[in-house]
Amino acid sequence: MKARTLAATTALCLLTCASASAHWLYVSNEKDDTLSVIDTETNELIDTIKVGERPRGITFSGDYKYLYICASDSNAVQVYDIAAKKIIHDLPSGDDPEQFALAPDNKHLYIANENDALATVVDVDSRTVVAQIDVGVEPEGMAVSHDGKWAIVTSETTAMVHWIDTATNTLIDNTLVDQRPREAQFSADDKELWVSSEIGGTVTVMDVATRQIKKVIDFAISGVSRDTIQPVGIRLSKDGKWAFVALGPANHIAVIDRATMEVVNHVLVGRRVWHMALTPEGDKLYTTNGVSGDVTMVDVASQKPEKTIKVGRFPWGAAMLPKDKIPQ
Amino acid sequence: MRASWAQGLAFSVAALLGATAMPAHAQGSLAISITYLEKKAEHPPTLSNFDLIPDDEGLAGARLAIKDTNSTGKFLKHSYALGEVVKESGGDILAEARKALDGGPKIAILNMPAADALAIADLPEAADDLLFNAGAYDTALRDDKCRRNMLHTLPSRAMLADALMQFLVKKQWTRIMLVTGHYPTDEALGEAFRNAAKKFGVTLNADKPWLADADIRRNAMQEVPLFTQDADYDALVAADEENQFATFFQYNSWQPRPIMGSAGLMTLAWSPAMEQWAAIQLQDRFNAFAKRKMDSIDYASWLAVRSVGEAVTRTRSGDVAAIRAYLLGDQFGLDGFKGSRLSYRSWNGQLRQPIALASRDALVTLAPIEGFEHENTELDTLGLDRPETKCTGME
Repeated sequence: MKARTLAATTALCLLTCASASAHWLYVSNEKDDTLSVIDTETNELIDTIKVGERPRGITFSGDYKYLYICASDSNAVQVYDIAAKKIIHDLPSGDDPEQFALAPDNKHLYIANENDALATVVDVDSRTVVAQIDVGVEPEGMAVSHDGKWAIVTSETTAMVHWIDTATNTLIDNTLVDQRPREAQFSADDKELWVSSEIGGTVTVMDVATRQIKKVIDFAISGVSRDTIQPVGIRLSKDGKWAFVALGPANHIAVIDRATMEVVNHVLVGRRVWHMALTPEGDKLYTTNGVSGDVTMVDVASQKPEKTIKVGRFPWGAAMLPKDKIPQ
Repeated sequence: MRASWAQGLAFSVAALLGATAMPAHAQGSLAISITYLEKKAEHPPTLSNFDLIPDDEGLAGARLAIKDTNSTGKFLKHSYALGEVVKESGGDILAEARKALDGGPKIAILNMPAADALAIADLPEAADDLLFNAGAYDTALRDDKCRRNMLHTLPSRAMLADALMQFLVKKQWTRIMLVTGHYPTDEALGEAFRNAAKKFGVTLNADKPWLADADIRRNAMQEVPLFTQDADYDALVAADEENQFATFFQYNSWQPRPIMGSAGLMTLAWSPAMEQWAAIQLQDRFNAFAKRKMDSIDYASWLAVRSVGEAVTRTRSGDVAAIRAYLLGDQFGLDGFKGSRLSYRSWNGQLRQPIALASRDALVTLAPIEGFEHENTELDTLGLDRPETKCTGME
């Protein structure tokens, strides 16, 4: 089984790998147990990789040699070797891992265990569990600040943002946000923490220094019922100008001006949009559309959807492999 | 917060976080007590083992919700405790309710037939209480028999029937045969299907009672073809809340037609087959907790506790009047794992919610069905909308 996949991808690589002129977008397909790989130059599907059951969160190692995959129903975080094009081993992850975040030390992976109300900290080198931290019910979103000081977990049923001090791996504060918090993202300067609330229909922006709420952003799209506006994925552009929020079954992403924290545009994408990834240049934004089973490429400058790419069933997570990191 | 609430209550707040946890901007602790009152309904013997009613139906949902809600509460110094009173059918629930609701405004969940729930709502002791009907589907409780002190987390029969009719219209299966059992609950559901058919333009090509009380398991293949052969229709809708015949009509009708309503494609508040919209998380949590699958009655009690928790969390208040006002206001929204933000209708206290159309093992869809539109929220295409209800005095 694995051998066949390897052979197929190697053959494919002969056609495409020679010219690494484009970044590769990796998308996890929750109901297909696969990853789809998209060439961001041609915007075409170039590979499909068989992985563990119900892959959701995906993230690259700091050196882009490995892709970590939350295979939720396999109760494992799988480590996919980009050059070897195969899964090389599993990490102990705790039960039902959904999302995770890699600390900037490139060593500690913080994993949300949705069924166990736990956050698990794994040393990816020794492949051991370093700590388990009790958090609220249905932990989901995970983020580690760029300075490595904070790990954030959101718990959906508890409706809280949990602040973990990474030096001691202890919970030191909790912030109540609107219902069903999902994704957490730090701004590049670690001054702000952005958290989406799926059922509350809002995004909460927090000041990291004081851990106080700065602003709660509401969404309204004409002709779309408020009940269907369910924010999940958040991406902040590197230049600090924009925040993009995926609005789930509202089938739109919201574009927020970071300076004013106001919504300036809505872009229509596919059905039930979950998560997003930006190119390193920040010129293209890719959205995973769960129900329509595709990915939309949005041109950031014009804020218009430009291309739809069919992937597997229920695409969920997205991670970008920069072209200079693609193995030759 | 009234001191009387906390009296004699033992709270089992799990101290999961140990000494390092600090409350999030805590403003003072609150101890919230909710009383779960149940009187078992009288049912005829169940024919299919699939339809056995669990002993802790409803109660398990309330207990799990207390656990879920305490997970937020522990960070805010809010604790939730459940008082439990369960009576067999024929038991005197009113006397128990009087005791439990005496002395200041209280919060209670009622899982019992409509007549008992109404009797409790009308007790002088309950005048300032907040009651959640989590056991009676009777539309009248949301209509001319509504009570100011009673909200409803269980959908009405009208909501269930509207959901099915929307589905039939969407499928263009708009000619139906309605078969109604002879128990009062069946007749009430049959009436709801008739009203909903009229509302959505579905034609009743036949409308027949099923009066047989012989054990249908032994004779369905002889009886059902005869019973169904004199009409042409697209779907057979069965009103059989007591589970006495509908499931055995399947594959036995004269023409090859699907069965819906109480069997086949069932119209439900909650189905164990739901997994979308993070429902799988709640299903897994409930399965682990109760060692069985969650049903609509469990779900209604779960929603009642969760509603209280959400109101207390957001208002930081244990005052019953304040909780009620928040629940009926625009700010309230509840995560019910059905893909929409749930809220209460201010005109009759009904919790707006999607309705599942599901077989025993698969969810077919959730209503409101796409295309049925409403000026405020599509959820109000199900059940009694503001202009339709005869309920007054809620607002």
